[in-house]
Amino acid sequence: MKNENDNSVASNVDAQPVVMHSTAPGVGVATGESGVVGRLKRVMNQPNDSTQKTLLVTVIMCLVCSVVVSAAAVLLRPTQASNAALDRKRNIVQVAGLLKEGGDVEAAFKNVETRIVNLDTGEFTDQFKDVDYDQYVAARDPNLSIALDKEADIASIGRRAQYAEVYLIGGEDNFTKVVLPVHGLGLWSTLYGFVSLEDDLTTISGLKFYKHAETPGLGGEVDNPVWQGKWKGKLAFDEAGDVKIEVIKGVVDSAASSASYQVDGLAGATLTSRGVSQLLRFWLDDRGFGGFLENLKQREAS
Amino acid sequence: MNAHDREMARKVVLDPLVDNNPITLQILGICSALAVTTTLAASLLMCLALTTVVMFSNASISMIRNHVPSSIRIIVQMTIIASLVIVVDQLLKAFAYDVAKTLSVFVGLIITNCIVLGRAEAFAMKNPPMISMLDGLGNGLGYSLVLIIVGATRELFGSGSLLGYTVLPSVNDGGWYYTNGLMLLPPSAFFIIGLMIWGIRSWKSAQLEKAEYEIRKAHHTEVV
Repeated sequence: MKNENDNSVASNVDAQPVVMHSTAPGVGVATGESGVVGRLKRVMNQPNDSTQKTLLVTVIMCLVCSVVVSAAAVLLRPTQASNAALDRKRNIVQVAGLLKEGGDVEAAFKNVETRIVNLDTGEFTDQFKDVDYDQYVAARDPNLSIALDKEADIASIGRRAQYAEVYLIGGEDNFTKVVLPVHGLGLWSTLYGFVSLEDDLTTISGLKFYKHAETPGLGGEVDNPVWQGKWKGKLAFDEAGDVKIEVIKGVVDSAASSASYQVDGLAGATLTSRGVSQLLRFWLDDRGFGGFLENLKQREAS
Repeated sequence: MNAHDREMARKVVLDPLVDNNPITLQILGICSALAVTTTLAASLLMCLALTTVVMFSNASISMIRNHVPSSIRIIVQMTIIASLVIVVDQLLKAFAYDVAKTLSVFVGLIITNCIVLGRAEAFAMKNPPMISMLDGLGNGLGYSLVLIIVGATRELFGSGSLLGYTVLPSVNDGGWYYTNGLMLLPPSAFFIIGLMIWGIRSWKSAQLEKAEYEIRKAHHTEVV
């Protein structure tokens, strides 16, 4: 009995200071409240270099910063995604010559039908109807791409995706132009762009690169509208259906019989010019869109 | 705000423009000054991005300066700077997509821009938030001044245009001006900044540094 009594008194005495402090008004902040907040405040009142405070400051700062960063990323993602999509559409309608100066990209893109093509068979596929398909992401996926051997890989792209997006201006059945994505190595960088063909599927109506890192003023002149204008009306294939288009060194002799297959080289940018030649030859030939263009031609004829 | 405070505020904003310019006197932030100044538009956006980051990093670091353990203060500063830079980068990608594409990695590299960390360590850790923010504004403007001059020079002589509008019609576009290809390459920014430093130090001789040592005159003793 007595022992028990003693114990209860002792525990009362132990508990008392805590109860006193937490109920005394105004004392809590200075000497520490009970609970997590009070403990944190006590740590914050320690000298800056104590281990506990260092850890606490680190944790609080990381939490605040990560909330700020992730909020910015999440809130702005829809705007960024629509910017990227709009940029892609702008490039497509520009290369097809559908965009007038200051025109509306979305309105111009209304005419464009996007389809995905199996490059091996040259047929359209509906396999990716409900998913976002990115040819350049797929090119890194072994299941969706093939490795090119050295001889075939004239555009130096390493791997080629099995499927590619193509854009039919005016719809699938009576298109007026076809826009194909192309890419290949220049001097420093891979050039990404679009080539647009007229409805005879032989005449080039435009070529434009939207991403590259060639030397400004030399290879970077692939962005020059005057040079891009030189592609209009050139023939990609000869009578026999072989890819003939090339960028030559120097200026095209307009009297020569091959003039309609040739485009002036960029001064001081031999390797970028050769890269453009090679990437077009790759993508218009059998390993690129050759099979697809052949199918499309036959469908048109029948 | 009393007279002393106003005087102080004026000083921290105006001093970094010429007298204590972060690029031409302290030679900080050169990397981005070389990389993004091929066009004036890109330079302007970079100035805006850097000024915003240095203002807000100074302000927020100054706010917590009394609680930053000195052993991890650089990490704390870098974390805050990096977060601000990511936010600015995301904002640019959302609202200025085309120019953000040309700036690409260089917005991200503001994190390593010595001006930002330099002002955090040298000023914001010792001063209250308001004046620290003004110090950030001043240094951002000093950086901007140099970038705008370099960017305008390079775009004018390299592409014959300013902000995309043709000033000197170039031969490539059927005009008469032979563009200077060197101006489009990073080394030209070195020359322009070098010339600016030379000009400023001739004008303000207080910025001349004392030679660290003198070259001793050699004695020539002829051996007969």
